[in-house]
Amino acid sequence: MKGPEGMNQKKELILRIKDIHKSFGGKEVLKGISFDVYKGETKVIIGPSGMGKSTLLRCINQLTFPDQGTIWLRDQEVTHHNLREINLFRQKIGMVFQDFNLFDHLDAVRNVEIALIKVKGMKKEEAREKAMHELKKVGLGKQASLYPAQLSGGQKQRVSIARALAMDPEVMLFDEPTSALDPELIGEVLGVMQKLAREGMTMVVITHEMGFARSVADEIIFLEKGKLLESGPPEILFYQPKYERTRRFLFKLTELYGDLNGKK
Amino acid sequence: MENFIVIYQALPFLLQGIITTLGLVLSALFLGFIIGVPLSVGQVFGSSWTKKFIGIYIWFFRGLPILVLLFLFYYGLFNMIGLNLSAFVAAVLVLGLRSSAYQAQIFRGSIQSLGQGQLLAAQSLGMSTGKAIWNIILPQALRLSIPGWSNEYPAMLTESAVTYAIGVMEVLTRGNFIASRTYKPMPIYLTCAIIFLILSYSGMKILHILEEKVRIPGFEE
Repeated sequence: MKGPEGMNQKKELILRIKDIHKSFGGKEVLKGISFDVYKGETKVIIGPSGMGKSTLLRCINQLTFPDQGTIWLRDQEVTHHNLREINLFRQKIGMVFQDFNLFDHLDAVRNVEIALIKVKGMKKEEAREKAMHELKKVGLGKQASLYPAQLSGGQKQRVSIARALAMDPEVMLFDEPTSALDPELIGEVLGVMQKLAREGMTMVVITHEMGFARSVADEIIFLEKGKLLESGPPEILFYQPKYERTRRFLFKLTELYGDLNGKK
Repeated sequence: MENFIVIYQALPFLLQGIITTLGLVLSALFLGFIIGVPLSVGQVFGSSWTKKFIGIYIWFFRGLPILVLLFLFYYGLFNMIGLNLSAFVAAVLVLGLRSSAYQAQIFRGSIQSLGQGQLLAAQSLGMSTGKAIWNIILPQALRLSIPGWSNEYPAMLTESAVTYAIGVMEVLTRGNFIASRTYKPMPIYLTCAIIFLILSYSGMKILHILEEKVRIPGFEE
């Protein structure tokens, strides 16, 4: 996927985010963010906490309504629609949360199949088959009948990835998917995400895992104070950032999370 | 000895009251449940007007003594609008509506304890808020409510005796009837008391079994 610019590969636009603004209680957390996401691309968003990264992600699938700006999914505008249409868009945009948000009263396989049945209207047997398939893909075929409270953090997050994938989304959004995990469980989740990226899934990922960013990101976006400060492919952004601020932030991250060259 | 004979003779008449008492308690709890659940949902997810309206409803039914409610509805309101209800049905309605106010508060607490994440996750999958509440929020919230809800049963059971005042033929009304004829209040009221204690104990037992049955695996006590 990481073809250098100018190689003239045909890019298929999946998401267009244009001039997104959002304020909470008079404080503007997003001050006009724009970027495009093409098919098969992995975008990694980094930046200091509390600077609107999660809000931006939630604006994309309208869990938070932006005050201003527009989002397109392929050639359809997602913003400014009624709830019924927004529900249709959300089916095509998978989301993985920092704290998993698995449905605690359902076992793993029913977590994955419930939206297939209740939203897509799939038959139960068909949904079960699809759900099992997705669970196997994230390496949890044997854990299908376990409840969230019986799973480890890493397993929970993999179930939630399977749950989102089951809807056959056009794009997957990850909101700090490994931040709530014990260090030794991070790898299994990143592994699944890496595999997804390699298989050509279009992804927007908020993460501080620089090894992951370096190995799979096509572009890294540095968000600061509600603005897109700079963006670029990892090899450029990591080694020749335009701004001192970016360089300092990346330096802090490497101090905390290890070397940029860290192999994952 | 004489006392035992009185009890022995009164017992069939008293025991018939169990049917009325249990019928009243279970019907009122059921009515309270089917009204209480939507009230709690409205309180959490409703518009500000819905919330205000439900707030007034709850304030009304929790703020008045049961006797005032019974008299107000049975002798007052139901008569005024030409509803000719039996004392039993009137009692079910009044106790049920009152219970719905209490049950709504129990369910509301459970819904709020679930947090935003469950709803967000359901919505992110394209579920409408209504479907998310029905399939995701309520199944969890109702389970969480069982321990708190378990108080509603003995509360309702003890309160049901108040319907004596409008002549519902429940256990106490019958006991009072016999006591005033035999002049043996002690053995008769003691028998009534024991009946209530047995009903209370067995109901709590059943609720406990229910709680065990629907427990989500992985959540230990």
